[in-house]
Amino acid sequence: MNIKNLIACHECDLLHRIPRHEGPRCVSRCRRCNAALHRGVENSIDRTLALTLAGVVLFVVANSFPFLAFKLQGQETQTTLITGVIDLYHQGKWEIAILVLLTTIVIPLIQLLIHLYVFLPLKFNRVPWKMATAFRFTQTLQPWSMMEVFLIGIIVAIVKLVGMAQIIPGLALWSFALLIVTLAAAAANMDSQVVWNRVEYQQ
Amino acid sequence: MTDTMRTAVDAGLLSCHSCSLLSREGSGQHAELQCPRCGASLHKRKPNSLARTWALVIAAFICYIPANLLPMTVVTSLGVVQSDTIMSGVIYFLQHGEWPIGLVILLASIVVPLTKLFILIYLLISIQRKSQWRPVERTRLYRITEAIGRWSMTDIYVVTILVALVHLDNLATIEAGVGAIFFGAVVVLTIIAALTFDPREIWDNMESTHD
Repeated sequence: MNIKNLIACHECDLLHRIPRHEGPRCVSRCRRCNAALHRGVENSIDRTLALTLAGVVLFVVANSFPFLAFKLQGQETQTTLITGVIDLYHQGKWEIAILVLLTTIVIPLIQLLIHLYVFLPLKFNRVPWKMATAFRFTQTLQPWSMMEVFLIGIIVAIVKLVGMAQIIPGLALWSFALLIVTLAAAAANMDSQVVWNRVEYQQ
Repeated sequence: MTDTMRTAVDAGLLSCHSCSLLSREGSGQHAELQCPRCGASLHKRKPNSLARTWALVIAAFICYIPANLLPMTVVTSLGVVQSDTIMSGVIYFLQHGEWPIGLVILLASIVVPLTKLFILIYLLISIQRKSQWRPVERTRLYRITEAIGRWSMTDIYVVTILVALVHLDNLATIEAGVGAIFFGAVVVLTIIAALTFDPREIWDNMESTHD
């Protein structure tokens, strides 16, 4: 049997024939351990590209406008998304500052830009230079992109402070929340096998 | 279907971790093999997965002790300094009737990291003892540890936002404590531990009986 028609389960190594997908959205699963073998999405490139473009706009807004303000007895603190990182750094906690900077700003930005770099040319039937390396890099970064966890952190912090002072949400907070929804939708509509199938190689 | 229960390794194939392409195992075993399609390095199994995961799990446990004993936040309010650990923060919320928030912190900072570490230890031991008990459920346990780990970062982010917002020179300031550094280390170490663990090792013990 030609090995090009086979796929091995990532969680138990069992071989399967590469499943044929029909319909707008379907998942094929390993028949032994039930792990997802492949998620097929119709019009995956168009959908991912549209959501990624929306994500870039929201990312810029979320990082440029006031995020939260804190008002107590006439004193007000305005913050943007990166304020906490800078303050942590000034307090000598650079380890946490770097961790927060990477997981909530730098890595999501790199992922958005690489997805744009990959999906925009693919939309016009071109394969960008070093596409395989770039796309593999974003897959490696995936576990370290944690914006949705940051949103839970925001909610907890607001509830903690709301009894003590006045908290004023800014434009950036709303676009940050929308950005998380957009990124989740982009991830759900991305069919990485469509990208890999466009890579030319020699066995 | 003649190859009903054949694995890639049985068939002399290597599955690419990144793009799922199958390659034939070359004769040169020592050379670093690369996936012809995406360039990722190819391995039968993740290299030294048991030893690496053990090392990371033990390191995470060691960091978890100072993470709980040292303060996460240091609040200075009108000259009075108050330090809060993870547990004292949880107790504060529960006592002030904010139990949903107390519960979130309890889950993210205590339940999730400990559950994840204990599941990984159980899986490591079960593989080393060549257990054949319930491989489907053990694989599912692994999937859970992979999915929940990131949510432990919640408390680190709460501290970051508090530090940014509460910045009123003479009234009140909040600083991150040393405990936060250790807690961040626990989260990072457990995420890497889940990445170095190879769930296919659970199934390798099942196959040895077929031969």
